[in-house]
Amino acid sequence: MMGSITGTIYALWLREVTRFLRSKARVLGAGGSPLLWLATFGVGIGSLITISKGTSYLDFIAPGIVGMTLLFSSIFAGVNVIWDKQFGFMKEMLVAPVPRAGIVLGKIAGSTTVSMISALVILVLVIAVGIIPLSQVTAIGVVLAIIMMLMISASFVSLGLIIASLINNIEGFQVIINFLILPVFFLSGALFPMNNVPLWLRGIAAIDPLQYGVDGMRGALIGISTYPVYMDLGIMLAIMAALVLIADIMFRRMQAK
Amino acid sequence: MHGVLTKQTANAIEVKGLTKRFGGFTAVDKISFDVRDGEIFGLLGPNGAGKTTTISMLSTIISQTSGSAHIYGHDAFTEKDAVRASIGIVFQDPSLDDELTGRENLDLHGRLYGMPDRERKEVIGKVLRLVELEDKAGAQVKGYSGGMKRRLEIARGFMHKPKVLFLDEPTIGLDPQTRRRLWDYIHDLNRKEHVTIILTTHYMEEADALCDRIAIIDHGKIIKLDTPDRLKDSLGGDLVRLGVEKRGRARLIASIRKAKISKRIRETDEGIDITVANGGRSLPGIMDAAKATKVHVDYATVKRPTLEDVFINLTGKQIREEAGAAGGLRGLMLRRR
Repeated sequence: MMGSITGTIYALWLREVTRFLRSKARVLGAGGSPLLWLATFGVGIGSLITISKGTSYLDFIAPGIVGMTLLFSSIFAGVNVIWDKQFGFMKEMLVAPVPRAGIVLGKIAGSTTVSMISALVILVLVIAVGIIPLSQVTAIGVVLAIIMMLMISASFVSLGLIIASLINNIEGFQVIINFLILPVFFLSGALFPMNNVPLWLRGIAAIDPLQYGVDGMRGALIGISTYPVYMDLGIMLAIMAALVLIADIMFRRMQAK
Repeated sequence: MHGVLTKQTANAIEVKGLTKRFGGFTAVDKISFDVRDGEIFGLLGPNGAGKTTTISMLSTIISQTSGSAHIYGHDAFTEKDAVRASIGIVFQDPSLDDELTGRENLDLHGRLYGMPDRERKEVIGKVLRLVELEDKAGAQVKGYSGGMKRRLEIARGFMHKPKVLFLDEPTIGLDPQTRRRLWDYIHDLNRKEHVTIILTTHYMEEADALCDRIAIIDHGKIIKLDTPDRLKDSLGGDLVRLGVEKRGRARLIASIRKAKISKRIRETDEGIDITVANGGRSLPGIMDAAKATKVHVDYATVKRPTLEDVFINLTGKQIREEAGAAGGLRGLMLRRR
């Protein structure tokens, strides 16, 4: 008997979601930190500056904080892969008669779903309490934002899996992630607009995948963006495709520890 | 009698010149053996002998340096998917998802092996009954004891009806009572479900209790392959130990020699040791010789050689040397979670 690719993806998706819902700490913890950012940083810095007429700083960073939620929860999906390697479950997957692509796609689907759950909660909350006024939000804007979110999540889940495929211990993984995650966050334009920053900083930020994601979400939700939304969508799609493909290649090369 | 001799059995596994090198270290060194359809085959050897590396190659987890391995005709290195579909495996280290329940672990496994919903549910119920875990099936695996985890893994290993089941040190670190129950499950699987089983172990009693044939492996090489009985017979047979007073010993030895019972007779502190092909059959003759020479025998014991004796005879060392250290390491790994 052989597992089909869709059956494999579904089985591994189900595993990730079951594990997430079972862990109350993870469900609660996922929403805590973004709310803290909004309440302190958003309100605090917001008391000093306005972005433009009709757009408060809180409006501006709300999509950025959703992006941050996705970045943090997605990239840490790699931790689970390292646990799987250390505690043997990876071997159970590697000896299964399933297409190798099914294993990596199932992981990506499961972890993306899990990080989308917390990010969507934040998005709904942000709209519900009026940080992003409901009057400003359009149906197409929400759909575009959710597509953007999915692509951000799948991209960083894949990046986390790529790093995890190269590393066998949690400590090493955390060092690399901490080294990566703050620059990616700060240069994404989540906290400040990239239009007015010096050219050198803008140049570095241009290689930050999250920038296009946050910019696209902001364009879709509050109508402010550095690049046209369709361009953000296109670039994000290309980044996601490339990272998923690399993750697939890395997983094929990976052998059980 | 001739029925046994003419019975032709197909081979489940064929291994030829299989070698695995890690850098300069040769873990498995040109080993060749066949596992027959329907048998329980044991790889017996100390830790680090190359047993797990061999199993890893046969189960498609790692590739070989040279040589070949076929599972029911499928090449383990070029037809991985076909091999994966026909094997089940219980790894030496646990490979369950601790956060999931026992039933969820089995369900995930069934899905990965492409079992349709209804069949999956039926089989899960059946295997849970077989390993007596029905009551605990809804609890998260992290609350299971070592023996329960092992039973769940064995249930998972054969639930997709593999032709061959690999068991890598199936009872390592378990208490004697749990170990015996696992032996029963393994035995039942083989006899009732007709699963060919290849297991590795460094426990002599385990190999002796379960295996139809045993390959003794040390330093990556198979040094002897035979049935447990013939391995023990290779030592020259049973040991008959007699308690005899000092002054009668020389007379008795001469008498036994004359009766052509055995030539291998040794005087010991308490009496004499006689090596014979079959202790039970030779004992009456030995007692007759004692009566004829009027030598009083205080006691007589017959001892079958153990696999431990075989191993010591072949390698000059005991097999258990490293067992304690490995158990400690494993305990440490489990606690870290």
